[in-house]
Amino acid sequence: TLRSVLTEEETFTVLQNISDSNSFVAASLWCFEEMTMAAATFAKRLIGSRSSSTTATSVARAFCSSTTPITATMFPGDGIGPEIAESVKQVFTTAGVPINWEEHYVSAEIDPRTQSFLTWESLESVRRNKVGLKGPMATPIGKGHRSLNLTLRKELNLYANVRPCYSLPGYKTRYDDVNLITIRENTEGEYSGLEHQVVRGVVESLKIITRQASLRVAEYAFHYAKTHGRERVSAIHKANIMQKTDGLFLKCCREVAEKYPEITYEEVVIDNCCMMLVKNPALFDVLVMPNLYGDIISDLCAGLVGGLGLTPSCNIGEDGVALAEAVHGSAPDIAGKNLANPTALLLSGVMMLRHLKLNEQAEQIHSAIINTIAEGKYRTADLGGSSTTTDFTKAILTHSSIFLPSSMKSFSPKEKLVTAFMGGFTSQLVKEISIEECVKEAGCYASNVVLQRFGCI
Amino acid sequence: MSRRSLTLLKNLARNSNASCIQTRSVTYMPRPGDGSPRAVTLIPGDGIGPLVTNAVEQVMEAMHAPIYFEKYDVQGEMSRVPAEVMESIRKNKVCLKGGLKTPVGGGVSSLNVQLRKELDLFASLVNCFNLPGLPTRHENVDIVVIRENTEGEYAGLEHEVVPGVVESLKVITKFCSERIAKYAFEYAYLNNRKKVTAVHKANIMKLADGLFLESCREVAKKYPGITYNEIIVDNCCMQLVAKPEQFDVMVTPNLYGNLVANTAAGIAGGTGVMPGGNVGADHAVFEQGASAGNVGKDSIVRKNKANPVALLLSSAMMLRHLQFPSFADRLETAVKKVISEGKCRTKDLGGQSTTQEVVDAVIAKLE
Repeated sequence: TLRSVLTEEETFTVLQNISDSNSFVAASLWCFEEMTMAAATFAKRLIGSRSSSTTATSVARAFCSSTTPITATMFPGDGIGPEIAESVKQVFTTAGVPINWEEHYVSAEIDPRTQSFLTWESLESVRRNKVGLKGPMATPIGKGHRSLNLTLRKELNLYANVRPCYSLPGYKTRYDDVNLITIRENTEGEYSGLEHQVVRGVVESLKIITRQASLRVAEYAFHYAKTHGRERVSAIHKANIMQKTDGLFLKCCREVAEKYPEITYEEVVIDNCCMMLVKNPALFDVLVMPNLYGDIISDLCAGLVGGLGLTPSCNIGEDGVALAEAVHGSAPDIAGKNLANPTALLLSGVMMLRHLKLNEQAEQIHSAIINTIAEGKYRTADLGGSSTTTDFTKAILTHSSIFLPSSMKSFSPKEKLVTAFMGGFTSQLVKEISIEECVKEAGCYASNVVLQRFGCI
Repeated sequence: MSRRSLTLLKNLARNSNASCIQTRSVTYMPRPGDGSPRAVTLIPGDGIGPLVTNAVEQVMEAMHAPIYFEKYDVQGEMSRVPAEVMESIRKNKVCLKGGLKTPVGGGVSSLNVQLRKELDLFASLVNCFNLPGLPTRHENVDIVVIRENTEGEYAGLEHEVVPGVVESLKVITKFCSERIAKYAFEYAYLNNRKKVTAVHKANIMKLADGLFLESCREVAKKYPGITYNEIIVDNCCMQLVAKPEQFDVMVTPNLYGNLVANTAAGIAGGTGVMPGGNVGADHAVFEQGASAGNVGKDSIVRKNKANPVALLLSSAMMLRHLQFPSFADRLETAVKKVISEGKCRTKDLGGQSTTQEVVDAVIAKLE
């Protein structure tokens, strides 16, 4: 492991060795993990003469965290889960996201400490890392254990489910102007699971609304609206019929609304909301709702923009825990066939990055995904195309010429070449500059093998 | 309880005509102008209610339809429906009403729900279909939503356990689930519908919606010619927005029915044009189909731009119920012609006309 800063020649020798290996991804990973410190310092030295310190720090930040890299838990899940998780890891590495993944899988037998198939270690890891990414999990059928989603929800105290729904440019559905966020209370309401049979043929089910939970989710909704620059929050309810329960929810929302005078607050009855959503979804901005309505409305909105295969979501828990997840199913019929659409998990990963305040990388990955879908050449089967998962991921990586931090666009060709090698960027970037000039300037540091690897000769 | 089911069975047995709503038996067809006109209770309601019921009255007069209205003024803020109104409805058996506004979060329980409970109007029908000439995002929509109307989440049983914790009871009984399932399948059978879909959330509410599904499955076995399937409510909403052609008749408990009916009405053209009614064993109350917007905003009331089409089509349903099919056909054809021409449309359909203009156009098209 290279811990000290290398000289220029030594660095390039190592790079030559890397280029001999077959796997490009492995090379860039190696580059990234092992060389980050060295690469950053090297790049700093290269550019230190001509640019300000901010550029240097942004370069350092782009390739590694000058602080320790962030550990995040990943649950790849079942079915198509592992394939799309792989895709996410590739894209994140190429973008230079400083995350180390801790992978956990669902075990085959029930862990008595959690009463479900999720082990205590997995839950502890999420509690420790505070962030996680979860793929689709299939709950095994049987009795004597809690469902996996329920376990996660109760153990991690995930109280809000955030789902942004926006029309993807380039993927045409019947609705073009959707841009809204649904925030759903995730712990109580109609899903408390408290039912009983009163007498034969008569069943009662309890719907619970508490002040504490409603205040919590309302606070999060307004906080989210403020930090993401949203102007309107609408509370969805049926308080004309369920006066005390939804009435309490509304009271809590009103209290929180008073603390945020710059955000418009309105209350909409759910029948009006449903109708307005299907007629004119541009009317809504942020929606906050109790559990059952939230379930239905968030799925309705997902249907408006193209289905569950494109929808990201993030569960927020107490103590700042954020678990981003892909809400679609595990699709066992296409598992292992490289046909799955990784967009939902990728967009959820972007949400996770924004929660971690890595906004620059989040924005870059987001634009790469949007541009790939908008281009239309590479689309998986559920969007009407015929690409495989790996093709789609490669297409996103190709669009990652914009993964270059903006501060580096002013670098000289030699600096770009060096940083490209160090960051494992794709050939797209290298093609932008005349490779011959580069080689001349760099004094033949780059070997022919490297040039071949980057498709330049 | 057994007495009621006996009456229901008698009604079902007597139902030989292809009428879409359960009716009392009639021994002869009243010819136009023959016999005394039928009395129908009319409740104008709040907001746009008076506007649109006025529209219906005008059209009925222009058609010389053999019905006359007994008007009663009921406001949404009243705590109970006045006794005289209930008397009149029980006497006439048929009522036409505009929307009654329920104050949000106040102590007053909804009068709409009260009416349904007292008259035992257990089925709410909303017929959502694409009107020719009205452009919408979805084509080929023809959905009938049959919604259980008395129990479920709207039982109104709420209480505060401790300060800050409120409980609401959702009640599902086998009796009500069975009769709504029977109604739905009988409706599908008599109207040549091929498919009945039950909407539920039984993966979460296992006992409550599980009971509902059990009743539906039992009734489905007696109608082998009709396809029956089940769909979870969030998936249902997604499918409605993406592929509404796959649905035909949908039977749902109370709350989901509300959402599904409003969504289906929205995709088919808006709640301003969808007819519907609440039907019980002995009485029927017709109103605008889906419940969104049936009171409307003050700006619509002031400018007289309410859409009367929904109530007009509902009154056509009412005419069929009263065994006046020729009048019902005339009214429906006229309304559909006005819509397809596209010259006279109110604001929610994208036009600029007032209510009165639409009414005049319909009267002009009556032939």
